[in-house]
Amino acid sequence: MANVQLRGVRKTYPNGAVAVRGVDMVVEDGEFIVFVGPSGCGKSTLLRMIAGLEKITEGDISIEDRRINDVSPADRDVAMVFQNYALYPHMTVRGNMSYGLKNRGMPKDEINRKVEEAAELLRISDFLDRQPNQLSGGQRQRVAMGRAIVREPKVFLFDEPLSNLDAKLRVQMRIEIKRLQRRLNVTSIYVTHDQTEAMTLADRLAVINDGKIEQIGAPIDLYNNPASLFVASFIGSPQVNLLPVTFDGSRLINGELAIDGFSDLPQSTPLVLGIRPDDLSQASHGQFTMRVDIVEQHGADNLIYGALHGITNAEEDGAEFCFKASHDLLPPLESSLSLGFDASKAMVFDQQSGQRLI
Amino acid sequence: MKDWNWRLISTHAILIVGVLFMSLPVWVAFATSTHAPETILREGLQLWPGSHFLETYREVLFVEGGVMKSVLGTTMLKNSLILGIGFAIGKVVISMLAAYAIVYFRFRLAVPLFWVIFMTLLLPLEVRIIPSYEVVAGLGLLDTHFGLIVPLIASATGTFFFRQFFRSVPDELLEAARLDGATAWGFFIDILVPLSKTMIAAILIIMFVVGWNQYLWPLIMTTKEENYTLVIGIKQIYQILAEGGELPQYQKAFALTILATLPPVLVVLVFQNWFVKGLVESEK
Repeated sequence: MANVQLRGVRKTYPNGAVAVRGVDMVVEDGEFIVFVGPSGCGKSTLLRMIAGLEKITEGDISIEDRRINDVSPADRDVAMVFQNYALYPHMTVRGNMSYGLKNRGMPKDEINRKVEEAAELLRISDFLDRQPNQLSGGQRQRVAMGRAIVREPKVFLFDEPLSNLDAKLRVQMRIEIKRLQRRLNVTSIYVTHDQTEAMTLADRLAVINDGKIEQIGAPIDLYNNPASLFVASFIGSPQVNLLPVTFDGSRLINGELAIDGFSDLPQSTPLVLGIRPDDLSQASHGQFTMRVDIVEQHGADNLIYGALHGITNAEEDGAEFCFKASHDLLPPLESSLSLGFDASKAMVFDQQSGQRLI
Repeated sequence: MKDWNWRLISTHAILIVGVLFMSLPVWVAFATSTHAPETILREGLQLWPGSHFLETYREVLFVEGGVMKSVLGTTMLKNSLILGIGFAIGKVVISMLAAYAIVYFRFRLAVPLFWVIFMTLLLPLEVRIIPSYEVVAGLGLLDTHFGLIVPLIASATGTFFFRQFFRSVPDELLEAARLDGATAWGFFIDILVPLSKTMIAAILIIMFVVGWNQYLWPLIMTTKEENYTLVIGIKQIYQILAEGGELPQYQKAFALTILATLPPVLVVLVFQNWFVKGLVESEK
């Protein structure tokens, strides 16, 4: 168990591509941190720098106050679970799990004891003498985790470990990883592009965009209080509704649509209004009128998609609004629906910089 | 149905003609080797086996002076096996190490060096045979197994095959091994070699046959009869036959030829499953 500190960490590849542009953060002892972001944002590179698989161009990384920039991956006391498991195909499960311990010169009976303990914990005791190609995806995933656990590292690193599993198994393994981490209480850093995984697993969530940490905090804070347009649109499913607007001194304007209840906004720059689908509600004289296009019935609730009346860009892709309604609201298609929202829950961003204004 | 039958017959006919074409000479050599020398001299090549099988092969293999002036057939067989096996193992070891260096160590000249190695494919042994001979003779290694095998074991083909194979091994395996604390040598022995099993088998088989069939190099490298390989022996026996005043012992020459063919055939037959697997399979 240990904390991990990153100070001014940058990564530039030899061909000039910049993957990470200055990351400062501290991962606390026993904390479960998730790096989330779109593909190519640098989150995997960051993880691989912590693991020692990529050289650090600039800045420092320390584990438990020991600077590890020049320490070999094996001596950093970290264990990693790879996306495609990276099990040694010619070794049995037992061989896979004990290889790292063997390289450390641990006595044989101690290795066996540790491997069997870890196998018990992960419920793979029955497969110890099988080879990876005789296991299912979920079992391989467990073996990969077992290989990390037996080493009793200071830090666990997960590189999109669930993305090769089918949806049902993914949810199952997600819960298992969380439970395991709680139980072992080992500092963990987890990389994913799946925001549901990120929200559910993280103690703290770091949203990464273009090589920088866009925002870091508890998942629910990021959901309720995104600092930027990027975080707002990345976190939350279904996605936040975004409407380009301008401010005329008292109202937000888009085409014939005018929304009251806002003040202290710049009048010269284009703005974006963001409203979560679950912050919308049906109201007799709401701010919006939606023309129902599609209704998705998810069982507990219905997602109603449609274009807003009166706005200039209503026909564009992505301009449709989504309204999360309870399962008993089932409006006929092409009908009009009057929707309202609480102005205190709405978010306003500067369109150019993406900064949150309200 | 009729059409199908016709096609079946015609394809089989072509195959049978092909098989006969390839194997009839071997069969004639075998059949002739089981006849007495007088019969061969009088009647020429034989299509059916005769009654001197045991006698001929016993003399060739075990009787001193039966085939050469002094050396036994079994000695030549042993020499050939040493050359074939040493040649194959040496090539596999050298080319695996070379490919490992080229694929996994990012040193400055890796790519140009690989192409230099690859270009040597264009240079057959015959081109460098005089300098090679000079080197081996200068080191006093003529007539030794070491001098016979070592100059031949560098292999561009092997290096190329292993390079292609190593490149297809996922990087994550290397990364996982690094995190597991494996050294460069440990990764090679514990992970790469076991993964390359089928590939190694395939190359061993090919190289054994190539080594076994070497003619020119052993011919100039060996001066003493007891170091002759079977392939050299075949050549020499015809020479001896031509010189001697007695009846030419054609049956023994044929017997030696058959004996020289057998081990490579057996190796390929026994290991053909591995061989095919190594060439087509890419299970990782």
